[in-house]
Amino acid sequence: MPFIPNTDADRAELLEAIGVQSVAELFENIPAELRLAEALPVPEGISEDELMRELGELASWNSTPAGGSFLGGGMYRHAIPAVVGALQSRQEFVTAYTPYQPEASQGTLTAFFEFQTMIAELLGMEIANASMYEGCSALAEAVLMAMGLQRKRGKVVVSAGLHPHTRRTLQTILRWTRLEIIEAPLGPDGRTALGNLADADTCAVAVQSPNFVGVIEDLESLAATADGVGALSICSAYPIACGLLQSPGEAGFDVAVGDGQSLGVPVQFGGPSFGLFATSHKYVRKIPGRLVGETIDRLGRRGFTLTFQAREQHIRRAKATSNICTNNALMALRGAIYLAAAGPEGLREVAEHCLAKAQYAQREIARIPGFEPCFPDAPFFNEFAVRCPLPAREVNRAIDGAGMLGGVDLAQLHPGLGENALLLAFTELTERTQIDRLLNTLSGLSQTVTV
Amino acid sequence: MRPDDRKYLETHEWAKVTGDIALIGLTDFAIHELCSGNEGDLVYCDLPETGRTLEVGETFGEIESVKAVADLSSPVEGEVIEVNEAIEDHLEILSSDPWEQGWMVKIKLTKKSMDHLIDAETYESMLAKQS
Amino acid sequence: MNKDLLLYEKSRAGRRTLRLGALDVPAADTTGLPLRQSPPDLPQIGELELVRHYVRLSKKNVSIADSFYPLGSCTMKYNPLANEVAATIAGFSEAHPLLDAGRCQGALAVMKRVEEFLAAVTGLPCVTLHPAAGAQGELSALLVANAHFAARGEQARTKVLIPDSAHGTNPASAAVAGLEPVTVSSGKDGLVDVDDLQSKLGTDTAGFMVTNPNTLGLFEPRIAEICEKVHTAGALVYMDGANLNALMGIARPADFGVDMMHTNLHKTFSTPHGGGGPGAGPICVSEELGVYLPVPRVVESESGFHLETDAPESIGMLRGWSSNFGVILRAYAYMRRLGPDGVRRVAENAVINANYLRVRLRDAYHVPFDGLCMHEFVATTRHQRPGGVHAVDVAKRLIDLGHHPMTVYFPLVVNEAMMIEPTETETKETLDAFVEDMLLIADEARERPESLHDAPLSTPVGRLDEGRAVKEPVLRFRRG
Repeated sequence: MPFIPNTDADRAELLEAIGVQSVAELFENIPAELRLAEALPVPEGISEDELMRELGELASWNSTPAGGSFLGGGMYRHAIPAVVGALQSRQEFVTAYTPYQPEASQGTLTAFFEFQTMIAELLGMEIANASMYEGCSALAEAVLMAMGLQRKRGKVVVSAGLHPHTRRTLQTILRWTRLEIIEAPLGPDGRTALGNLADADTCAVAVQSPNFVGVIEDLESLAATADGVGALSICSAYPIACGLLQSPGEAGFDVAVGDGQSLGVPVQFGGPSFGLFATSHKYVRKIPGRLVGETIDRLGRRGFTLTFQAREQHIRRAKATSNICTNNALMALRGAIYLAAAGPEGLREVAEHCLAKAQYAQREIARIPGFEPCFPDAPFFNEFAVRCPLPAREVNRAIDGAGMLGGVDLAQLHPGLGENALLLAFTELTERTQIDRLLNTLSGLSQTVTV
Repeated sequence: MRPDDRKYLETHEWAKVTGDIALIGLTDFAIHELCSGNEGDLVYCDLPETGRTLEVGETFGEIESVKAVADLSSPVEGEVIEVNEAIEDHLEILSSDPWEQGWMVKIKLTKKSMDHLIDAETYESMLAKQS
Repeated sequence: MNKDLLLYEKSRAGRRTLRLGALDVPAADTTGLPLRQSPPDLPQIGELELVRHYVRLSKKNVSIADSFYPLGSCTMKYNPLANEVAATIAGFSEAHPLLDAGRCQGALAVMKRVEEFLAAVTGLPCVTLHPAAGAQGELSALLVANAHFAARGEQARTKVLIPDSAHGTNPASAAVAGLEPVTVSSGKDGLVDVDDLQSKLGTDTAGFMVTNPNTLGLFEPRIAEICEKVHTAGALVYMDGANLNALMGIARPADFGVDMMHTNLHKTFSTPHGGGGPGAGPICVSEELGVYLPVPRVVESESGFHLETDAPESIGMLRGWSSNFGVILRAYAYMRRLGPDGVRRVAENAVINANYLRVRLRDAYHVPFDGLCMHEFVATTRHQRPGGVHAVDVAKRLIDLGHHPMTVYFPLVVNEAMMIEPTETETKETLDAFVEDMLLIADEARERPESLHDAPLSTPVGRLDEGRAVKEPVLRFRRG
């Protein structure tokens, strides 16, 4: 039997030691009428080599065109140094539990202490936790924290530029609370138009930059507006962009969150990635998730341990700051290794390459008759929205036909821009030849449409 | 035997009344429970601002050890007129002298009857039953 | 050379591991962009030093791959290496979640098959793989209950009854769902006090959250009656599936009367814990509740599979994208190996191993509920109390003897609890070695109890001052 080493002879010996005649006797506390009489209707087991053949076939039913991909929308294909996968996959990291026994977990704990430092630095905040599930729920947790800090305030103002999944996550979770969600629209420049929406009844203002349509927000002004009404300012950041662009902390935000997928995690059909959560030290007793702290042992040696555990569900139960228990530790470890491999220089280089490729592409696309950026004057990083002369799904079909993977059809995920809006993403892995092939395809479409 | 110059709440808070003023604290038993077994010290005690009014049973703060946490419930009704500032920096007072130096808040009573509280003897027998 | 330096202490300006090739387009123009005022202080380190750092760190962990790990409630079974290989297949790992359905039939097929497998194991027909972990599964299910009662105009159902022996996530999830947790007592037998439950059921009850087998490792023999009482009160029964390993192929929660439950793929279905995650907490619900499940959902039609992102009565999304697919894929690899017979054998051998340890340890240690247990059991240090030895001392001494400790101080209903779950993947020899060491510790507790307070001695650090970590918090490295 796979993964069960004890033989029938071993079983017999164990049963005898227990003092029962049969295995069935061990299950006597389950009333007979509740016990299954038949085997479960699941497929017959297969061997490891059969499994690998089957998985190979299933994987072949997935296909990503080889000629390049312009698909982003919150998950991006970045270069992952070999060290990331090789070191993360060490079984001592993979098969350990949550480090509740610090003496037996100094590896994981040290790695998280370093992770917390790197994330806090990257986001420009004082402290960071040891990871959340992913970016959308991380932002929802930040809003819940704001709700707890300002119990008398009844609404949260969220930018329409948040990732649509983030907005849906917030709707799901806040539906059963007293908080009302007010959506701040994107103005004609693609930036969040807060107007007078944030007021003395607002507990939090939440934005994302670059936002879902790729535009870099005016973060300083948004943070100041939130601050002016006494609301907690929350910014979801793209960690790669933080290697080059102003961080949420520098812009004055109270809480920075984000999705860590771009830091060394494959896209994996949507997960697992990991969530970032960083804020000021003064909120340390209010933040969700695990925290690692430095301390000493009895001989004065430096060591690391989970700390402020009384915030968490296993101690505070119904009054915990969050219900999160298992987080996305192993993916966060990838993030830590990635950031350590990159360093400040490497990260800036990656960010500059992303920006350069996107700038080149936008400049060239704007020259193609019928195609124009949705927000021509807006600052962007590695992704921008293009208004096409025909529906985005048809443009994607043409790109696919040319052996490439097109962008995000915004008609589905951000319908405000109409059915012709296409969101194109670029990273350091996007090659100029691929961009040129994209330009050719779009030019071809342009001629067909104008003719 | 625990001090009989004061009365107790089943949740281990004590109230010592002088005139219309009550000192509120937490019993040695509760503090020991918070710290037992996991070699945990007390690490945090959150107390209210002065001026806050409290009902009987209302949560007025919380106390935390490394691996446990407990709400503090008010045994009396009244206004918080003083908070023991010494506790914040010297949580060990709560363990070393829970009955005198370890008081937490001083309350000006709006209701003087203490009939809802139990006396030391009843508190003792309650603890005896629990163990 | 000090091998215990942090990356930051090894960092030297100008070093790095990641270097990109030459840029093949004109350089970026940052005019007008809001740039960082100063670069993030990240470690600057070359590749070999980076490798050595993490390899050394890895050696400071105790893991399933090197040690027996009888952590109760966590089901630390072997994590098959084939699962890990499966997850690195490029066709899966590089599949973008926004691919057209036609380009991701393999991923969707895996998801559908895992859903079917979970439906078969639990007997609950409607399954979603959306939740990122068990706690998010609990929250999803409670929101499903909210939606169910809202649809019936029964918004007054705002209370959730939860046994005092439950995992902390149960009341925490209830609170996030806007519900009020109400504690139900355990009886002297360690089981749900059915009278207490009955007295708390009412028209304001939304649900009862039951862990079965419970956190003491005991099967609730009156589970069918309990479910019936809850249903009679008009409420729903939620089962915490953390302990499903004991039941697979033996009994199905749906047959007990359970309406909803979560499963932990990172416990029962062998995906690794990763030092704290990622996990996956799929939920399985009855036909009636299926319409409320989160989206996206995998739907099969004549043209194949696709993801349905909107459903009128769905509670919505709780996270980005459809699921922790990489975890689902690992669980699929495991499920395919087992087959109907294997599933049953998992539960049988998990229960055999736990009972064997219980019987071998019950003289040296107090076992408060010393009847047949399921996949785990709780012992205590009551016999060791005269020497002043606590559960934590036993746990720390086990580390020195080469085992990961059991879960200690949980469940809260037992003083000095030591919760032991061996799992089915351990050999008799490993169990015997653990027993011998536990008996040795019992001897030490009698003969030189004070020595146990010093354990562990073999680890990179000894017992840490956890109070200091809160009172003088240092949560990040700072250059001195």
